[in-house]
This record gives sequence, C-alpha cells and structure tokens, in this order.
Amino acid sequence: MTARLREQIEEALFPPVVALLVALICGDLLIMSYGQSPANVYRLLLEGTWGNAYGFGQVLYKATTLTFTGLAVSLGIRAGLFNVGAESQLAAGGFLAALTGLALSPAIPGVIAVPLCMIAAALGGGIVGAVPAFLRVRFGAHEVIVTIMLNFVVLALLNWIIANHLHVPETLHTPEIHAGAIPRLDRFIPAFHGSAANLTILIALLTAAAIWFLLFRTRRGYELRAVGLQPDAAEYGGVGVGGVWFRALTLSGAVAGLGGINYVLGYKHYYEDGFAGGSGFLGIAVALVGRNHPLGVVLAALFFATLSQGGLAIHAFVPKQMVEVLQGVVIIAVAMSVPEVRRALRQARRPASA
Amino acid sequence: MNPFSFLTQMLRIAIPYLFAASGGVIAERAGIISLALEGFMLTGAFTATLGAFYSGSPWIGVLCGILGGLLFGMIHAVATIRYRADQVVVGIAINLLAVGVTRFFLKLAFASSSNSPRINGFPARLSAHGFDNPLLWMGLLVAPVLAFVLYRTRFGLRVRAVGEHPDAAESVGIPVAWVRYVAVALSGMLAGLGGVYLALDQHQFTDQMTAGRGFIAVAAVIFGRWDPIRAALACLLFAAAETLQIQLQGNHLLASQFVEMIPYVLTIVALAGVVGRAIPPAALGKTEH
Repeated sequence: MTARLREQIEEALFPPVVALLVALICGDLLIMSYGQSPANVYRLLLEGTWGNAYGFGQVLYKATTLTFTGLAVSLGIRAGLFNVGAESQLAAGGFLAALTGLALSPAIPGVIAVPLCMIAAALGGGIVGAVPAFLRVRFGAHEVIVTIMLNFVVLALLNWIIANHLHVPETLHTPEIHAGAIPRLDRFIPAFHGSAANLTILIALLTAAAIWFLLFRTRRGYELRAVGLQPDAAEYGGVGVGGVWFRALTLSGAVAGLGGINYVLGYKHYYEDGFAGGSGFLGIAVALVGRNHPLGVVLAALFFATLSQGGLAIHAFVPKQMVEVLQGVVIIAVAMSVPEVRRALRQARRPASA
Repeated sequence: MNPFSFLTQMLRIAIPYLFAASGGVIAERAGIISLALEGFMLTGAFTATLGAFYSGSPWIGVLCGILGGLLFGMIHAVATIRYRADQVVVGIAINLLAVGVTRFFLKLAFASSSNSPRINGFPARLSAHGFDNPLLWMGLLVAPVLAFVLYRTRFGLRVRAVGEHPDAAESVGIPVAWVRYVAVALSGMLAGLGGVYLALDQHQFTDQMTAGRGFIAVAAVIFGRWDPIRAALACLLFAAAETLQIQLQGNHLLASQFVEMIPYVLTIVALAGVVGRAIPPAALGKTEH
C-alpha cells in the first residue's frame, strides 16, 4: 500500500470512527436515562436488524433509498455544490414513476414498463434539480437556499395534486399501478418474507458503480471533481464551470429521483404523499459519513438504515426516537472531526517530509 | 372580513417569525449560515414547556426556553466556529437533533409521543391595556432593537465587520471567533423565544410543533436582504398571506398549498435577482477566514 493511499484511507475513516464512538456514548446516556442496560439495548438493536431475515430485509430496503439520496448529495458535493433538495427530488421522481405506471397498460411487460418508469423517475428528480442548477449558473443564486425553498414548493405542489386530483378516497395516495412492478426479494429468497426489500437494491448498486466510473474514470468526472476542488483554477484550465455545475446538479436530482422507484415500483405500487419521509435529508448524512465516495455512500446507507430499523427493535425498552438523536449526533460529530482530522494528519506528516 | 381580527390573527402568526428571523439576521450578519432556526425554535418550545409545567409559571417557561435555544445555539457555535464544521451540514443536523431530542424527552418526561400536558401561558386576550402577552410586545420590538444594535453600537459594528471582512476585523484587534460565538448564542436565544411563544400560546408542546416556521424565518432573512427591519416586514408579509388564506378558507379562491409556497417562491425570486438582487454578507459560510 502506498503512503498516499494510506493517508487517504486514514483521512476517510477516522471521522466516522470518532463519530461512532461519540454516538455510542450519547446512546449509553440516553439508554441509562431510561433505566435500561446499554449492552442489552444495543444487543436488541443488532438482533432486530442484522440478526433475522425480516429485519435485515427492512435494513436493505431502507438502505436502498438512502443509497440513491446519498449518491445524489455526494455527486453535488464533488462538484462543489450542496444539494439540500434530495427530499423533494425523491418525491418528484416517485410521483412521475407512479404517473407513468398509471398511464401504461397492465399488458405491457415489465422489461419495458420498468425502464419507462425509471426514466420518468429520473426525469422528475432531474427537473427539480435543474431549477436550482439554472438559477445558480445564470443568476448566481445560492443553491443551498434555492434547494431548501424548492423542497417546500415541490412538496406542497405534489400534496395539492394528490389531495385534489389523484387520490383514492379517504387516503393520500394514488390508485395502485399495474404496470412496472419491481419484484420483491422474498420471491427469490423466501426468508425475506414480509420485508419490503426488492430488486431496486441492484439498481442502487449499479448506480453507485456507474457514478464511481463517471467520477474517477471519465474526463467529465475529472472535470467535475476539478470544478469542485477549485472552480477558478478549473475555469482557467479551460473547463466550462457553469456547464459542469448545471449537469452535476441536474444529474444529482435525477439520481435522487430515481430513488423514488424503491417505494413506488418495489414496495407499495402507488405514490403516497410524504413517502420520502426524511430520506432526502438523511442523504446528506449518508454522503457526509460516506465521505462522498460511492462505496462509502453504500456503507453509510447501510449504517443509517440499521439505525432507523434498529429504533423499532428497541422500542419496547427505549423510545425509538433515541436513534433520531444518534443520527443528529453522528452528523455533527463527523462534520466537526473532518477538518480536525485533516489538520492533525497534515501536522503529523510535516516532520517526516521536511 | 373584520380588519381588527385580521390584524390580531396576523400578529399571532407573525410573532414566532419575528423572533426567529431576528436570530437569523444576527447570526448571518456575523458570517454564520443560519439554517438551524427551526431546531432552535423547537428546542425552545420544548424546554419552555418543561419549565412552565414544573414551575407553573410562564415566566420560568420563558427563561427555560431561552436557555434551551442557547444550548442548541452553543452546539452550533462550537461545531462551526471552534471546529470549523460545514455550517450547512451542522444546521441541518441540529434540526434533526432537535426533533429527536424533543421527542425522546417528551416520552421520558410526559410518557407521550404526541404532546405535553396543558401548561400556563400568558393571557392572549385583548384587555383594556391592549395585549397582555409580554411576548407579543417583545416580538414587535425585537427587530427595531436589533437594528439599533447592529447599526448604532460598537458590538453591531463588530458583528458586521466579522461577517463582511473577518481578516480585516482580526487585523484591527476584533476577536472574530468571540463575536461570532455571541452572535450565534443570541440567534439561538431569539429563535428559542419564537418557540416559547408558540408553546405558551397553544398552552402545550406538540411533536414538531414548529412545522417549518424556522424555514419561513430563513426565507424572511433572505427576502429581507439580511436587514432586521426589512426581514421583519417580510415576516409580516408572510403572516398576512397566511392570515388571508385562513380567513378566506371557505371561499376556495386559492388552495392553502399555494399560499404555503408564497414565502419560498418570493425568496427564490429574490435570490435570482429579478427584483433587486439579495446579496449575502461577504464572509457568509466561509469556514477558513
């Protein structure tokens, strides 16, 4: 292993490890405030997630959506843009996928219907991502604020469409779609019976691989990373920064939108108001903890999915809201330790190289 | 439509925005991105409920609410100033943390996952002396006071200096980090007061009772171009739109969803610079100064 690679790995791994330790300590305190034994509760949390097939299936299902939103956020950060809009992009993607599924005849075979719905999902998220991209490139409007504000606008708009025009009476979801279902995993592995895990997980992994290839093996990806590190230098080197930003944020939105198929095509087969349920915001945490690397994002998605499923497993002893506290603690701890670790490693390196 | 009832309802809606937006203005003028207003408000509402419930006095509730906002403000400040963590990330994390912490302790303190028991608030009725609710007066005064502090005092000058040119500020001996700590602490306390008003006005804490009001305050800060008075006017404008929607509810002129969008759409338009470009403080969000 070269020294450079080792440094990169250390810089990537230390912050999440520190954060995990801090979260464990906070978790201990919360559990003890409830008069329970931390060891016992953590054991239950692991048993309820990785210890049985149903729990593990739920972890995989939740990790699938988080992989998409985490990849979306990390793609933006690689280009130097912060996409806080994954929540509404995810919802818009799921919505257009459901609309497409509703419009298609049930006679159309899955091999055609599913890709069509996937394109619609990516389109939905892509459109929501293109708006802040355009405003940033054309007017210099800060994408953080625009994506936050757009979340509210898009979610309110979708809520209005569903509540007034598209819902099944007494519910806030669309009628069930009959074209473009993605099979659940229990069809191949019976032990997963009852869990929402479905083949969308393969699409998530393929998307992660494709983004890795784009970022690290293509010219466009090189330009994107160059713009993210030093936009002025990249511009000087002949890269069209505006174009890169527009494509990066639009693609980021499309990836988040594609995540909508996990719920709509793989699980419920309808669009329901509010199905995103914070997965878009958690995507920021996933990207951060996964250090904006596709492999890291997949692992971080598994971690956050384990936490949220684990909350249900421990609920009889400690309120499941404990995991929401821990999620916040992990994010803040990673965000705090990233610059600190970078500085410490740089300092440690200096005497050796001088 | 009765103009008097319109005005009182608008004020009730506007007060939490006025507190939180003032908090946002002071933090952002000091160069710290303020996306955690929602979390500060929620924490303030919860700790105010705890204080008012266990003491029976709304004034103790106010004090506890300010302290709750201060506590979360200090988490934000330590993470972003001492550890130079990304301000956007920390802001969003604080919002998540506030939801989790208030839910967890709601369960621990009141064994409920939805709401607290009833607490004593201030009288909200109109009396011979005008409004009896002291928070209402404070809410109306906070923006003019902040404007005075920002533009007419030495501390305000320092806040604006560290938000625009931290290097220059440091070179003339202004303790940049310290000024920012104070600004973010004030921001937490002010936004916390917005939450206090909500909890005392509704006589209880309910899960996620701030319901996005912190982000409307963020919108008001930007739409008001980081100026305390203009941000306050933006709060009143947004509150007026909401009041109009509530009072016209029977008429079905405009769906509530579209009224909800108004602050956000206006803010996006303001950022894009269609009508007078909104330009943030120069050092906003820069971790290395």
